[in-house]
Amino acid sequence: MDKYSQIVILGIGAGIIARLYMLRNDYRSYPSYPHGYVTHISLGVIAASLASLAIPALLEKEFTAVTFLVLAAQQFREIRNMERETLTKLEEYALVARGLDYIEGIAKVFEARNYLVMLVSLTTTGFAILFGLLIGALAGLITIFLSGFLMGGEFVRDIAIVKPGKLHFQNSLLMVDNIVIMNVGLKNAREKILREGIGVVIHPKDDNARATLNNLGQRQAILHDVSVLVGNKLETGEPDWTPLMRKDIDTGKLGLFVLPNEKDIECVIEAIYRTPVLESAVQKPLASKVGRKAAD
Amino acid sequence: MEIALKEQILGIVTPYPERVLGNVPIFITKDDQEAQHLCLLLSRILKAMAHDLENGVYIIVKH
Repeated sequence: MDKYSQIVILGIGAGIIARLYMLRNDYRSYPSYPHGYVTHISLGVIAASLASLAIPALLEKEFTAVTFLVLAAQQFREIRNMERETLTKLEEYALVARGLDYIEGIAKVFEARNYLVMLVSLTTTGFAILFGLLIGALAGLITIFLSGFLMGGEFVRDIAIVKPGKLHFQNSLLMVDNIVIMNVGLKNAREKILREGIGVVIHPKDDNARATLNNLGQRQAILHDVSVLVGNKLETGEPDWTPLMRKDIDTGKLGLFVLPNEKDIECVIEAIYRTPVLESAVQKPLASKVGRKAAD
Repeated sequence: MEIALKEQILGIVTPYPERVLGNVPIFITKDDQEAQHLCLLLSRILKAMAHDLENGVYIIVKH
């Protein structure tokens, strides 16, 4: 057997394990289709193979082989486009849309996962060549867990506190505490909303959180996750039940109204806490001098 | 793809004809109860939302 073949196979194996580890089918239920799995696993195998060959190729003075890594990067950018296109098309028939920011976030994650697979394979082969197969496998495992750590972003839990709010009507205006949500004209709809609806108030923890939650994409993501997790009575052609989020312009807190399948406020609050903070929504005014001065 | 007029008044329902005027379909009812019922029907037919202007006039708007 060639001196590198064991190392390359180990590298590919570690890469595939990394991809499988990152292919969790969570509550966002994407990708939940067998074909989605096949696509992502095969691209993961390609990424792992390319990265595993890089170091042995360099050692054999086959410098052109490294340019294949560039080709791979180009290829994986396509994944982001693919995910973005699919999800954007699906939005058209979604009752509560994910929103473009959420889609962009998901697409970015799928692209990044392939780069992490390459990182795992590179480390594995690198360590295997330097210190032997066993150390290589160990290094691969550590990198897999590190990459899992790298991919874990912030959640709404980290930036805000959610409290139950009082859902009530001021004449025809639906309010959560003192935040106006919408105007409801039908008396029957008002009664149903008061009977079965849930209102909560999201208090941002600081000015960074306030700016982040100000983003409409982030708000849509929260509404989408709440609708998926606790269910939603919204029906096409009946906009009275649309879940909505509105801001108290003076304090920056947000009122959220939803008409869930079951009136269980604990679950709604937990669903909000579990929504990821979108990369594109994050703003950090407190990181600048002007922002800090304006905040006090 | 669905094409629709959005954020525009599609219709007005009211028992007070003297309070409304314009180039919009106006439905005049005999009382508030009938107006509510007409609003329900129109909003479901047009897949739109009925809003209450709080002076006895209801508008149908698609969002």
